[in-house]
Amino acid sequence: MKRNWLTIALILIMAVSIIAGIPACGDNDDKAPTPAQTPIVTQSSPTPESTSVSVLPGKGRLRVATTTSLYDTGLWGYLEPMFEKKYGVELDVINVGSGIALKYGENGDVDVLTVHDKAAELKFIADGFGKERTIFAYNHFLIVGPADDPAGIKGMLPEDAFKKLAETGAATFVSRGDNSGTHSKEKAIWKAAGYDYAAIEKTGRWYVEAGQGMGPTLTMADEKQGYTLTDIGTFLAFEGKINLVPIVDQGSILLNVYSVIPVTKTKKPEMAQNMVNFLTSPEIQRLIGDYGVVQYGQPLFIPCAGQPEPTS
Amino acid sequence: MANPCSYPALASLNQHHSNRNAKVLLSELWDSIVKAIHLLVSLDHDVYEVAWRSLWIALASCGISFLLISLPLGSLIHFNRFPGKMILITLIQTLFSLPTVAVGLIVFMFISRSGPLGEFGLLFTPKGMIIGQIILVTPVTMGLVISALTGVDKAVPETATALGASRLQASLITITEAKFAMMTAFVMGFGRAISEVGVSLMVGGNIRGYTRTLTTAISLETAKGEIEFSLALGFILILIAVVVNVALLLLGRKRGPIRWLWSSS
Repeated sequence: MKRNWLTIALILIMAVSIIAGIPACGDNDDKAPTPAQTPIVTQSSPTPESTSVSVLPGKGRLRVATTTSLYDTGLWGYLEPMFEKKYGVELDVINVGSGIALKYGENGDVDVLTVHDKAAELKFIADGFGKERTIFAYNHFLIVGPADDPAGIKGMLPEDAFKKLAETGAATFVSRGDNSGTHSKEKAIWKAAGYDYAAIEKTGRWYVEAGQGMGPTLTMADEKQGYTLTDIGTFLAFEGKINLVPIVDQGSILLNVYSVIPVTKTKKPEMAQNMVNFLTSPEIQRLIGDYGVVQYGQPLFIPCAGQPEPTS
Repeated sequence: MANPCSYPALASLNQHHSNRNAKVLLSELWDSIVKAIHLLVSLDHDVYEVAWRSLWIALASCGISFLLISLPLGSLIHFNRFPGKMILITLIQTLFSLPTVAVGLIVFMFISRSGPLGEFGLLFTPKGMIIGQIILVTPVTMGLVISALTGVDKAVPETATALGASRLQASLITITEAKFAMMTAFVMGFGRAISEVGVSLMVGGNIRGYTRTLTTAISLETAKGEIEFSLALGFILILIAVVVNVALLLLGRKRGPIRWLWSSS
């Protein structure tokens, strides 16, 4: 008898585990929004009170695929609850490189993109996958490296610095190597420096392709005491964790513009448009401009909605 | 090339570096244990939410895989003779090492809006993650169900048949005899499901409050450089695995739980 009881108990546990799973994962599109939660790493920035303007009755989920630099710096974690509160929608932020984000957009797997790869964005729109590209913030890329600058490229223009790195081949350069916006920018600098990127990839062991996000790439460059191209936001978030310092920070090619693009295939075009309006609204623009000042002593992003696209 | 004069400086720098690193490593490990305990006792909402999601997604996928797929199909394979049976079993066992990222990618392609199952909107949902984990876990649970049944003494069904049991009854008796080994099948499947990151990341998308699990949170926090926090989450994952495994295994023991835990065999 005891054995039977055990068998029944075992089967019950497994049955309960299945049943527990089913209701919890059902109705993914109509799930009521959970109360605003703090991001998993708590941001110290205060939440402004004046965000609830018009709460629409329709509840659902809006998916935004974002470049990692807007997420790993904590900006999305900061803005997400405000958007959810204002528009009464669950916002799903998917944190990937710009390359995959655009791919998700092509497939129609997400509703909006926030990316930073102008050439790829324009192609995305020309191919009919996106509606309109609206810029909302910018900052600059940096070439960072060891403080003693073994390649001697400090103060150079980025194109010249890359040229010197490739010519000497003595110092390590760690590339994202993941078709992200930062990787695209790196390729653009190689091109401007007069190199064929395909050739650079094969020139030797000094050129390392990480194939990972900005954070792991910075860590790798730090471990190898090499150089890398980084957005300023992620770099500031990693300061204190790594020993790399800015080496090259001047040059118009280092401009990094973030834009928001509603996806053509979205089934929620209005909510996707709300995201564009939200990010370009004066209030959120001000918050983006102030973001990070308390923590890093300087803003991470410069708001630029409604202005002509910055050129340097 | 470095100037030869700089070698001593370089060497002392390296030594300094490694000493510092050893200290940093120890203190980071210690801090992360403290942090894990702190997160658990302070009932940190986000951590509990993520841990709970990891647990139920893994239990659901492993439960469905075990009860609905592996137990019936594995029994069918074991109790029937057919040509190619050994090839099939070898194939199932080979799939134990199915790479999680490959499964993630294939499931992604199928359930993406532009894929064949796109209309169901399963991508970036817990349902999609469960589907991926079922595919991942089923070879393990099925393979171990078959070996559990193989491990039962042939005398058991033979005796049952001799005493007048039908073929079905004899098979059921064999299954009942194998239940402790079956539990191992479930535990192993659960372990693979809760510890995988490839499927969860690709199919789930690591969405905060919706598809973020302990493993995807660990990969995100590591990418953000929050090493301590990542490690703390890792300790919590191990803790969950310990609790679930002990709970399941205790069910199958004849001795009392405390005596069994301390026993040497």
